Amino acid sequence: MTMNQTGRPTAPASSALFDAPTISGDRGLDHDEALIFELGREGVSGVDFADVRVSDARLGGQRRRAPVGLPGLSEPEIVRHYVRLSRMNYAIDSGLYPLGSCTMKHNPRLNEKVARLPGFGDLHPLAPQSAVQGALQLISELSRWLTVLTGMPAVAMSPKAGAHGELCGLLAIRAAVAARGEKRTRVLVPSSAHGTNPATAALAGFTVDEVPAKSDGHVDADALEAKLGPDVAAIMLTNPNTCGLFERRVKEIADRTHAAGAFFYCDGANFNAIAGRVRPGDLGVDAMHINLHKTFSTPHGGGGPGAGPVTLSAALAPYAPLPLLVHDKKGFRLIEDRDALPACAAPFGRLSAFHGQMGMFVRALAYMLSHGRDGVRQASEDAVLSANYILASLKDIMSAPFEGPCMHEALFDDSFLEGTGVTTLDFAKAMIDEGYHPMTMYFPLVVHGAMLIEPTESESKENLDRFISVLRALALAARAGERERFLQAPRLAPRRRLDETLAARKPVLRWKPKPLAHAAE
Amino acid sequence: MSEVRFTDQHEWVRLDGDVATIGITKYAAEQLGDVVYVELPDAGRRLSSGGEAAVVESVKAASEVYAPVSGEVTDANNAIADDPAKVNADPEGDGWFFKLKLADKGEFGKLMTADAYAEFVKGL
Amino acid sequence: MRYLPLTPRDRSAMLAKIGAPDIDALFRDVPRQAVVPLSAFALPDTQGELGVERALAKLAARNVAAGAGPFFCGAGAYKHHVPASVDHLIQRSEFLTSYTPYQPEIAQGTLQYLFEFQTQVALLTGMEVANASLYDGSTAASEAVLMAQRVTRRPRVVLSGGLHPHYAATVETLAGLGGEVVRAPAEPGKSEELAALIDEGTACVVVQSPDVFGLVRDLKPIGEAAHARGALLIAVVTEAVSFGLLEPPGAQGADIVAAEGQSIGNGLNFGGPYVGLFATREKFVRQMPGRLAGETVDAAGKRGFVLTLSTREQHIRREKATSNICTNSGLCCLAFTIHLSLLGDEGFSRLARINHANASSLADRLSGVPGVSLVTPAFFNEFTLKLPKPAAPVVEQLAAKGILAGVPASRLFPGDARMRDLLIVAATETNTDEDFFAFASALTEVLS
Repeated sequence: MTMNQTGRPTAPASSALFDAPTISGDRGLDHDEALIFELGREGVSGVDFADVRVSDARLGGQRRRAPVGLPGLSEPEIVRHYVRLSRMNYAIDSGLYPLGSCTMKHNPRLNEKVARLPGFGDLHPLAPQSAVQGALQLISELSRWLTVLTGMPAVAMSPKAGAHGELCGLLAIRAAVAARGEKRTRVLVPSSAHGTNPATAALAGFTVDEVPAKSDGHVDADALEAKLGPDVAAIMLTNPNTCGLFERRVKEIADRTHAAGAFFYCDGANFNAIAGRVRPGDLGVDAMHINLHKTFSTPHGGGGPGAGPVTLSAALAPYAPLPLLVHDKKGFRLIEDRDALPACAAPFGRLSAFHGQMGMFVRALAYMLSHGRDGVRQASEDAVLSANYILASLKDIMSAPFEGPCMHEALFDDSFLEGTGVTTLDFAKAMIDEGYHPMTMYFPLVVHGAMLIEPTESESKENLDRFISVLRALALAARAGERERFLQAPRLAPRRRLDETLAARKPVLRWKPKPLAHAAE
Repeated sequence: MSEVRFTDQHEWVRLDGDVATIGITKYAAEQLGDVVYVELPDAGRRLSSGGEAAVVESVKAASEVYAPVSGEVTDANNAIADDPAKVNADPEGDGWFFKLKLADKGEFGKLMTADAYAEFVKGL
Repeated sequence: MRYLPLTPRDRSAMLAKIGAPDIDALFRDVPRQAVVPLSAFALPDTQGELGVERALAKLAARNVAAGAGPFFCGAGAYKHHVPASVDHLIQRSEFLTSYTPYQPEIAQGTLQYLFEFQTQVALLTGMEVANASLYDGSTAASEAVLMAQRVTRRPRVVLSGGLHPHYAATVETLAGLGGEVVRAPAEPGKSEELAALIDEGTACVVVQSPDVFGLVRDLKPIGEAAHARGALLIAVVTEAVSFGLLEPPGAQGADIVAAEGQSIGNGLNFGGPYVGLFATREKFVRQMPGRLAGETVDAAGKRGFVLTLSTREQHIRREKATSNICTNSGLCCLAFTIHLSLLGDEGFSRLARINHANASSLADRLSGVPGVSLVTPAFFNEFTLKLPKPAAPVVEQLAAKGILAGVPASRLFPGDARMRDLLIVAATETNTDEDFFAFASALTEVLS
């Protein structure tokens, strides 16, 4: 035969495992990564610019005396640094992300593509209005979708996030109350509310009066109505609420609230359950923020940016903040100036510079156009169906405090873990080892050791079944006394449990250069 | 002879003459978890019984500490401000929060005795 | 529908498991009259990618992008060149589609870049500590004022006349609720005397440098005047690239710095999303709003990062929180930190110098146009010109010639006659000599 020397083993010789620590500390594809400040060097840069000299003549005596102290790295080093960091993150694109009240649905890539069209991405907010008609038209179309879906006549587009939207709504309410010549300083907030609700009410200058939840997870409507009075400016309800339930008496609450001269603010964080099926305007809502990064898929981006436009009832519409967007024969126009206001407009002021989160508007409109009204409705139905499927599949082995059906999120408490020595936190950390991001923990506060699961409409039935079977097995393991699996979790993530006590007692909030050896002299 | 009494808000008070030393109970410290930060009242501040006197923080929670009795603050325990872990280590001793000069001796007598507090905690 | 994985068969099986006859049964808590048929929504139906792209491209085509011709708009938002790697990296799935790092063990990527970002912001501003970003510069300024009111326990706020009017209006909306906001009149090209406005009830003085007209200010004297009366100095910066050539506010006595980070890593995006930079002194850290990433160790002794000092925030403190903010600027923050890392000291310094050189060159050319004078004697990359006639119509005429010639001051100060003839012009590294020539000749033409 013709000889060749290229033979080498092409099947594994044995399955024995040599499980000793690696020499580098890295493990296969899992790389650790130092801080950019520890990697940088002088005289290196990832960009090429000419070394232009400038005189001090026009710098007003304010020329920088010392360099900033930024590390220098080349482009390949930068790319590697951030790629390695990215690989230490869980993401929707990696797996089911069941965070209740966050609506971690798929972020369509089409949205990213269209947001980057130069006509949107490379557009200056103060360019002449004649040069930005397409952008203004987009904002107008998005506004139309939001008003139609909510059944409310007006929308303030400028709030930069949900909490900012809450502020917008409450300031509009404050202005409306003042316009009547009344003095109303109290806002009623359920104890199950998201922390932004009372924080925003306090920020807007109101005192917060807490309304308890009933044992069935619904707000105590009788207690709420009893608290109404001539000094109450508004109620703030989340509907569906943070326990994942639709407030049955919402219309009655709205009517009583209005009768008492107060306004109904609705936290729209859970709009994904009812979009395309129920219109908050029909329920008597006066103001509702919509988290575009939840219901309308704009990416969560590791914590932001968000966008929180606020739909407004006829009673509150006049108080919408500047700028206002109008459309007439001349085209689209932003009104930024109090002297040019249309009749009846009485904006409470401005919430931020410029006009709103345009980048998120483009993405949200792309989502809406893609889904259409039928797709939006189907998405809500699938979200609710999936959450109920999870509830029905787990409630025999985990403990659900409230009888179903739920809306788009399923709530469990920690009673099923009683006596096991495993807490909600431990259970969540064990999910990490199983390859899942944990659900929302310890929220809402009205339930002990809360676990709030929101699958969204983006999961296949196979994904849901697998998730369910893993949770079932974990619940069984906890009840069977397998404590170490939970107490030592996570074992397989890039980090084990982190010392948050140390981080809070001795906060280290930045890297600091080591003092030079000769600095003391 | 100093006596220690308790409130249903989980503060303890030790009276020596007319100086009251106040802190949070062992039960409260356990419920709170690792204490990471405390905010103490300034000397000279006048507190009324039931009023907010101090703040104690763990990683996940911030709790008000109420004045169990009325009086004027004479001393704050800077040792726990520097090292909040002392509150967990010895909440009813070295982990004291502040001292005040009692305004009304009658108030002390109305508080729970150690046994009554122990019973109260059992029922929680 | 391409984003919905469930099939009709799946749905039936799931309903069967739940024990519900149909999807409507799951909505039984919704009052009957509140359930609306699909036909009630006057909206189009599902569309494929092609249709959506077409519709949006049509809208985009109706706008004049900054890159379409000679471009000189600034006034709080600046066109800079963002290196290709930045946008590529922020679109990595694990950055784009991840959430707030509440489970730190599987979010070290986010937490570490936030820690690096916080360090960079502290270094740029010359301050001791910075947070993980706020929504934008204007809301950061507003939060800074609220913080100053908390720290000093005083209600009165003094705003420099050179503060961007949108920022001033944003501050007024919130700070005016529990206090008194005094706006000094704008004096284009001059550093106004603010000391007289500071009294024993003043929480803070807010000064922008470079200011809305482009003027570079010396913050030291105003800082001293403020501190002498127990008030804080808040420095506002709307052009982050200026940190590369100018003395940082921290070296001039600022107590809080509120800045807009858009210039670094982030495009113009018609005004948002942007990124608010917020930095202060160590002693005020517990009064600072927003998220904070902190260093710690894990159970195996490895260095790691977590969100910390959360007790300041809304989800714990609720109505006693330092702010109501929940999100930070996430991806915009990441773009900022990647771009700044690519630049490094050397690149950042060169970038800043090119900006100033370009602006200086343009200022010379334009003030050579008959009837045009330069109002701002000291500037970074933006200056104000006085034209011989109202600036807004001139800008429209130049726009018709394909030149976006800057922002007329009247857009920001409507109704103020002194502003009518003023034009605020920015020049960055993205401008060329051809741009300057085109601008100068067109301006000469329009003014003659």
